[in-house]
Amino acid sequence: MQSTTVSDVQTTTGDTTARASSHEVKIEIRDVELFYGSYQALHGINLAIPAGQVTAFIGPSGCGKSTLLRSINRMNDLIDGVTIRGSIQIDGHDIYAPGVDLIELRKRVGMVFQKSNPFPKSIFDNVAYGPRIHGITNREALEEIVSKSLTRADLWREVRDRLYSSALDLSGGQQQRLCIARALAVNPDVLLMDEPASALDPRSTSKIEDLIGELRSDYTIVIVTHNMQQAARVSDSTAFFYEGQLIEHGATKQLFTKPREKQTEDYITGRFG
Amino acid sequence: MELTDKHHPLARRPFEQDRETTRPLLARPGSEASFLFLARFIIASALLVLLVLVGSVVYDGFSRLSLSFLTSFPSRKAENAGILAAWTGSAWLLFLTIIFALPLGVGAAVYLEEYAKKSRATRLIELCIANLAGVPSVIYGLLGLQVFVRALSFERSVLSGSLTLALLVLPIIIMASREALRTVPKGYREGALALGATRWQTTWTQVLPVALPGIATGCILAFSRAIGETAPLITLGALTYVAQVPDSMFAPFTALPIQAFNWLSRPQPEFHVNAAAAITVLLSFMIALNLIAMVLRSKFQRRQR
Repeated sequence: MQSTTVSDVQTTTGDTTARASSHEVKIEIRDVELFYGSYQALHGINLAIPAGQVTAFIGPSGCGKSTLLRSINRMNDLIDGVTIRGSIQIDGHDIYAPGVDLIELRKRVGMVFQKSNPFPKSIFDNVAYGPRIHGITNREALEEIVSKSLTRADLWREVRDRLYSSALDLSGGQQQRLCIARALAVNPDVLLMDEPASALDPRSTSKIEDLIGELRSDYTIVIVTHNMQQAARVSDSTAFFYEGQLIEHGATKQLFTKPREKQTEDYITGRFG
Repeated sequence: MELTDKHHPLARRPFEQDRETTRPLLARPGSEASFLFLARFIIASALLVLLVLVGSVVYDGFSRLSLSFLTSFPSRKAENAGILAAWTGSAWLLFLTIIFALPLGVGAAVYLEEYAKKSRATRLIELCIANLAGVPSVIYGLLGLQVFVRALSFERSVLSGSLTLALLVLPIIIMASREALRTVPKGYREGALALGATRWQTTWTQVLPVALPGIATGCILAFSRAIGETAPLITLGALTYVAQVPDSMFAPFTALPIQAFNWLSRPQPEFHVNAAAAITVLLSFMIALNLIAMVLRSKFQRRQR
């Protein structure tokens, strides 16, 4: 275990600095460069993501924020022709080191996708899928995990009477919360969210945001979002990306009120992007 | 915001321009109706041809259909001849072909879709498979003759026949299964992998169940083609006169289409009736297979909902 403190998040606003720097670094991204074939999508990214906080990645489409997010649980490995350089450490362990167990990594780093993707199975089977593939067969244990995870995802009250009906019959917002419950069921400590609310109506969106607020104390959450108000509402620190570069990373309050970089200011004030 | 670029799709158009863009819209109903007519005409003519074909065969052969026709061996006398050896031979062929071709074909499709990296080698393999699907079935018969009958000395047995037919339908099964696998949304794979499932677990628990109706449909179509094939079996040297039910993989055999072909090539019209009856049996068998495919598909789809 490494216990570096976040030196990046030095800000002028006293209280946020205190909060941000008192946290240990969970994910340390160092000199990460990523190529799709010969196209370079990420240029020398250095970023320390604090533990137990919500970090938002913002930036215009194609700026590399989703690519970086998907590097943290190595989902980019699935795409042919991707090469990645540099290192990403979680709790001080390089996840790109040879011999890293991808299954263990993805158990610890859960992911929620932009388009909610419940499996075409029952609600119960969706949440129990992760625990089952990791070897839990005991019915009572599974039931407990399912009810706990659904409760954590704030979905239990809505679905407890129809656990065995198809997950595809749920509404869009419920499906996305089910996907969060499914990710929580394997007991991760990092939760990656790739624009989790971009396809949802405002009410479902605010439910997801409330949920992120409730989960922040127990998980390190990294959220990619197009919606700057959302980033401002849910995150503790924010990283702004532009054309594959990390332009600025700081406490959310500071980044949105007193950005250090001109590009950040232009983006958050809506002058481009 | 005012759009200054007048070619912008959302820009306000002056009146003349509006009329210009609506003209093709007005022109559409006419072409729409003629296209609809054409489509209906094509469907109707295809169905009509099929109906005439099936109708004439059933009409010709119906008088010969009886239990004794199904339980007799071929004979020199048309009224005593039956298809016992032929339909049991076909059943054996079908059974063994499924056993050989199904796991291999679906496995190859899973490998190509789920595991293989898109490299030059996999593209070459894909090209070969697509081309193999177009190779005339006689060629497969020649291959079977040389490899299974002679080199491996399986003789003119059910085994040689079904291995040949398995080779014949393999490319079709691979292509149909890949098509079915490709329709599985990426989100299911990503969702499972992100939970720490292995590729195999993802394929087995998420991808295959979703793709199964498509795979089953493709495979059943392929197998109904296999039991209708005549040319490769004749090239292989399958016998036309067999007076025994195949009792093992190594037994000599005949099959329904071969029997029908044999009877048709005789001068006596009574044998032509027999051929029509044999074809009727084959056709009803194929219809039954396709019905099973439909039932399976709707059942799986209901379970997935």
